[in-house]
Amino acid sequence: MAGSNNPKTITPPRWLLAELTYKCPLQCPYCSNPLDYTKHSNELSTEDWKRVLSQARKMGAVQLGFSGGEPLTRQDLPELCAHARQLGYYSNLITSGYGLTEEKIIQLKAAGLDHIQVSIQASTQELNDHLAGTESYQTKKEVAHLVKKHGYPMVLCVVIHRENIHQMPEILAMAEELGADYLELANTQYYGWAHENRDLLLPTKEQFEEAEAIAQAYKKKVEGKMKIYYVIPDFYEDRPKACMNGWGTTFLTIAPDGVALPCHSARDLPGLDCPNVTDFSIEQIWNESKAFNFFRGNDWMKEPCHSCDEKEKDMGGCRCQAYMLTGDMYSTDPVCSKSPDRHVVKEALDSARKSALSDDEQPLIFRNSKNSKKYS
Amino acid sequence: MTINPELTISFSPMHRLQWEEAQQKDVILYPEGMVELNQSSAEILKHCDGSRTLDQIVTALEEKFSTSGLKNDISSFLEDALKNGWIEQP
Repeated sequence: MAGSNNPKTITPPRWLLAELTYKCPLQCPYCSNPLDYTKHSNELSTEDWKRVLSQARKMGAVQLGFSGGEPLTRQDLPELCAHARQLGYYSNLITSGYGLTEEKIIQLKAAGLDHIQVSIQASTQELNDHLAGTESYQTKKEVAHLVKKHGYPMVLCVVIHRENIHQMPEILAMAEELGADYLELANTQYYGWAHENRDLLLPTKEQFEEAEAIAQAYKKKVEGKMKIYYVIPDFYEDRPKACMNGWGTTFLTIAPDGVALPCHSARDLPGLDCPNVTDFSIEQIWNESKAFNFFRGNDWMKEPCHSCDEKEKDMGGCRCQAYMLTGDMYSTDPVCSKSPDRHVVKEALDSARKSALSDDEQPLIFRNSKNSKKYS
Repeated sequence: MTINPELTISFSPMHRLQWEEAQQKDVILYPEGMVELNQSSAEILKHCDGSRTLDQIVTALEEKFSTSGLKNDISSFLEDALKNGWIEQP
């Protein structure tokens, strides 16, 4: 069994991502939630979340993300924020902004929330509302203003893909105008719903390069005023990302139903038996569970990773991506140019390009319960 | 961006400076990020309380540690801190 009986230095979790719910008023076709999310509709109770927060904090977790779905749909959010502050977390609310009133913003601030990240889908109302599947553009812009008004640091997050990549100059200008302290330009990572819609979302190489050049130039222009985080599109790289900073080293995700995940899509990996916080403590999960030990260290690696002199740098890439694209979770992330499976990435790029150039593109599959039930 | 010696320096309200028991270190926390500080950096930042100018911070630290000649190190660290947005001036 990969690694599970090997003594290894286990570093404590630093980052806890609390996915409070899969409920969401938006229907973004690039959502990273599982396709069959309606199957996992059980939600942890307030007391469960408080216990999880306390236990993870005790181990050393300090950054806390409240995410989802839309975390605002949880009525106990202010209570959880207060608990997090009392424990000494730096808490981040990762929201669509939909349903976030000024009253709530004030209430969350008083409870101790540190930061609000608002997502916007595009720089125009028409495209934003189309991608979100909900009329939300005006609300989002108002929310961005209110977040600043009440003294929070504001991160504006825009997920980038073929439908909006041409708006890069307008997206940058919009972020500056809204007074964002940080702009996260997150090139879509092809998991969950994005994987299903990949042919329609993956930009061409020319589009990527042009957009990146524009973003990098803007970075200089707004230096000292707005920080731009550019999340690279790994399909166009020749080395994989150091996924989660290494399996079970830093990041702990808790799904709405309490399943603890070492990586976003780890629930889908065969034989991992990801543990649930209703059965085990965070310490047991982090230190002793099969799932969190599965890909710790590098004993599990196959060639070309095992003998690669860069293996400490990227840890072989993402296990979920390797599984999704090659069917083998032990294989090298096919993004790597040394991977014998690199052709699957090339095929994905070619297929998306063909789709981009064709006249009769398929419609996007939106993330909603009706569509999710088809995958359950 | 440079430090104005006439003005006081305060720690940015957009960041949080905090002792982390698990790491036995002071850290700066900000949206989705963390910087670990060594002891001297943390000491300098704790003196950026909005009541002191650069020179006054230097004097306070030299007194506290019964030493002299800290000005260059402190001002170059604070220049970086200003660029990173950790501190601000009115």
